Amino acid sequence: MGAHLPILPVVLPLVGAMLVPIVTLASRRAAWPLAVGAGLLATVAAGAGLVSVALHGTTRYAVGGWPPPWGIEVVLDPLSAFVAVTVAGVSTVGLLAAGPAAERLPRHAPAAFYALALIGLTGFLGMVVSGDLFNVFVFLEIASISSYALVASGGGPALPAAFRYLVLGTVGASFYLLGVGFLYALTGTLNMADLATRVAGQHASPLFVGGVAFVTVGLAIKMGLFPLHGWLPDAYTHAPAPVAVLLAPVGTKAAAYALARTLLYVLRPSDLPVATILAWTGAAAILVGGVLALRQTDARRLLAYSSVSQMGYIALGFGLATPAGLAGAYLHILNHALMKAALFLSVGAAALQGRGPAVHALGLGRGMPVAAACAVVAGLSMVGVPPFGGFFSKWYLLEGTVGAGEPVLAGVILAGSLLALGYMYRFTEEVWLGGSGASPTPAEDAPKGGHAAPGAGGTPGATPSAVAIGLVILAAVTLAAGLGNVALVGVLAPVTGLR
Amino acid sequence: MDLPSPLPGLALAPAALALPLIVLSRRRPAVRETWSVLASVLQTALVLAMLPAVRDGARLVWAPASLAPGVPLALRADALGVFFATVASALWVLTTIYSIGYTRALDERAQTRYFGAFALCLFSTVGLALAENLLTFFLFYELLTVATYPLVIHKQTHAAVLAGRLYLAYTLTGGAALLGAVAWTYALAGRLDFAPGGILGGAAAPPAALWALFVLFALGFGVKAAVVPLHTWLPVAMIAPTPVSALLHAVAVVKAGVFGFLRLVGFVFGPGLLDDLGAATALAALGGATILLGSLAALAQDDLKRLLAFSTVSQLSYILLGAALGTPEAFTGGVLHMATHAVLKITLFFCAGAIYVTAHLERVSQLDGIGRRMPLTMAAFAVAAFMLAGLPPGAAFVSKWRLLVGAAEAGAWIAVGVFLVSTLLNVAYFAPIVLRAFAGGGGPRVAMAEARPAVLVPLLITAAAGVVLGLQPEAGHLLGLARAVTADVMGAP
Repeated sequence: MGAHLPILPVVLPLVGAMLVPIVTLASRRAAWPLAVGAGLLATVAAGAGLVSVALHGTTRYAVGGWPPPWGIEVVLDPLSAFVAVTVAGVSTVGLLAAGPAAERLPRHAPAAFYALALIGLTGFLGMVVSGDLFNVFVFLEIASISSYALVASGGGPALPAAFRYLVLGTVGASFYLLGVGFLYALTGTLNMADLATRVAGQHASPLFVGGVAFVTVGLAIKMGLFPLHGWLPDAYTHAPAPVAVLLAPVGTKAAAYALARTLLYVLRPSDLPVATILAWTGAAAILVGGVLALRQTDARRLLAYSSVSQMGYIALGFGLATPAGLAGAYLHILNHALMKAALFLSVGAAALQGRGPAVHALGLGRGMPVAAACAVVAGLSMVGVPPFGGFFSKWYLLEGTVGAGEPVLAGVILAGSLLALGYMYRFTEEVWLGGSGASPTPAEDAPKGGHAAPGAGGTPGATPSAVAIGLVILAAVTLAAGLGNVALVGVLAPVTGLR
Repeated sequence: MDLPSPLPGLALAPAALALPLIVLSRRRPAVRETWSVLASVLQTALVLAMLPAVRDGARLVWAPASLAPGVPLALRADALGVFFATVASALWVLTTIYSIGYTRALDERAQTRYFGAFALCLFSTVGLALAENLLTFFLFYELLTVATYPLVIHKQTHAAVLAGRLYLAYTLTGGAALLGAVAWTYALAGRLDFAPGGILGGAAAPPAALWALFVLFALGFGVKAAVVPLHTWLPVAMIAPTPVSALLHAVAVVKAGVFGFLRLVGFVFGPGLLDDLGAATALAALGGATILLGSLAALAQDDLKRLLAFSTVSQLSYILLGAALGTPEAFTGGVLHMATHAVLKITLFFCAGAIYVTAHLERVSQLDGIGRRMPLTMAAFAVAAFMLAGLPPGAAFVSKWRLLVGAAEAGAWIAVGVFLVSTLLNVAYFAPIVLRAFAGGGGPRVAMAEARPAVLVPLLITAAAGVVLGLQPEAGHLLGLARAVTADVMGAP
């Protein structure tokens, strides 16, 4: 078993996805625990992989016993293991919290939902652990197709959103494939480690330039990087609430990981201005996404544009490519996944009570103290208030920009925090207002009858316990990721160089 | 000399433990408030326990973990830190007792949130006072911002929510500037610890860059220190319950900003570098302007708490000016003014709260004859007001005299003038209140009706403390500590 550890995070959700329709025939209620169990096992496997990598270094696994570069290789190094744990863990919490919403779906829909979600998870995890450029494409398509279906399952306005997602997503995947084709033509290999050595002396080749350009643009589309984020806001806004919780935190992250992996560790296009372009595009994304998020009244769309802004931080860190910048970007993959999952989950919790999606109608404070408190934690992390995780990713990014002599980029990072303060404040203000369901108006000068102390309890619209548990886990990990950031940076040190 | 010691960490424990206990005891107010009182007393005791060693020149260090590679999460109790922690903790004890009386008398809502947030504020205050480096400081500084927010919007009226928005917009923007400054300092100096005399002295950076860095820091600290024009949030935040205004908006939060300036001048840039840059002069000009503008604005106020808030704006900048003047006497006076202003201003706020609780009056123009109804409260108000103006032998005279002498030594005659004019302005805005209270009205004689003991006793104690500090400046070792701070920063006298 131990020898097969690297592949287990991919295999377990896939097996789960195949079992879901079967067990649903026997019992409609079995799908949820099965999906959560598969996610949990994948998380445990990825976690064991991370521990093993931290203790013994990078692990390589030849699928089917075929040695690379001919066979398919799975590689767990500190970065892939870290992102795999993030993706698997956050998705598992999303699956856990999806239960109450999935129960309300029509007869066979829950089985389809869980099966597609697990296939998507298989795809995302496969992208992360794959040591082969073509295999990344295969898993990217697996993840994408299940994502399109999941978004479309919302019906109504979700259908055009899903179609747009499908078209742009396919463009992105095709660009990536085209780029990989160029690189294959140049080097004759698809294995990342092999390609990295063979491509070293060929930077002048047009095939290399074209490969880098197509791979970068293709993955930038998939990670929702401004100005290629067109599919993202509608997809996250109109996706059913549990789907948004599953896709928004991890979907863009897997593509971001693939971009970092190919650019920084395989292709290393040092004589092309890719890093500079990424850094400044990221800066533009931070500002544009933040400003657009400020203008939204729909909570889900606000969170979607906030994702555009936060993905900008990650791209900026990749572009800096200094030890501190990379540490910040990688930590932000985890931190943004946690905060975005918590926020979409709290919007979903409100939706279960028939509240939202307008920001002023969320009313989390009323009867949902847990959701309210966790949304506040996620909001503080987004704004970058210590000691939550989001602060530390921004700290390392700041350190990276200042260290690289880029005061403008440092200013953008700080400005992005203030924009996040602007849009997240509207969530938290609702929380503190005790959930009157409306913004304060000058007429309401009398104190409101809200209760601030948690545990006024017993309100009929309380958070379902599965959602509450999910939120508490996410909030707790957000705090732990902040307090324990030195340990995480230590694990990532071999890939960032920050010691 | 640095001594490893768990005491700085232990000093944070009471407030940290009080928070969950307060929330758990939410259904039993008596138990809940017991936790608050116990935490404040324990915190004060633990801070005082560090005082003897620190006064003798030792620094107690507690470094349990790492915040980031190269930056420890560390507390280090030096003279300045213990000075601020002592003032904040000791006044927390009295404010807790006062709060119990105040919230009970007004039957305030959300008392669990109130006392919980209060504990978190004092946790943050002592944490930032004892922080060993800028990043640890920043952590507690931002925590203090967030923990104060629920207290500002406590009443949850439209005006309170708007005040909360303004408060967060100002303080977190300042926080962003501060974070940028901290990151830049780390890039320039390669370290973030507070070292007496500064850490930027050897940094190879052009003066323009150091100026920009100084401006970023000044934006970061200036918001909480209510330096004009960044002071706007402070009068608006007076919508908070009076004990909050008393402890947080006269002592903990605003002094955290001033404390940041003292750390900046003495332990990050160092007085020498600031002087070379010319930034000391800029800081002095900023402080001097704020002193005068704050006092002038206070003259125009009718709302008693807003008047006190503008007075705070003015008085805080005495400390900045003292730090900027660069003479040991002025620096000592500035540090000491942190304590004397705290004791006196908290007395004035306590009095304002007592008047509100008993008579529901908030405006100066309504206070005719209130001195006959509440003689003890108004006597304390009068004593504290005139002491704060700097009239001898009050507590503030001790600090202001040193500021004046220090300014004269530095040859800063403009600063001397500012101090003198401001004293006149102080008298000009406080005297009408006292006159109104005791001589105004002349209406029907009313029965004496003081506030309940839990409200009255704390304000009498702080007023008495002001008198004692004026007559015996060495009492409570505050003057000794202030001298030790100056010796740290400028070398032994």
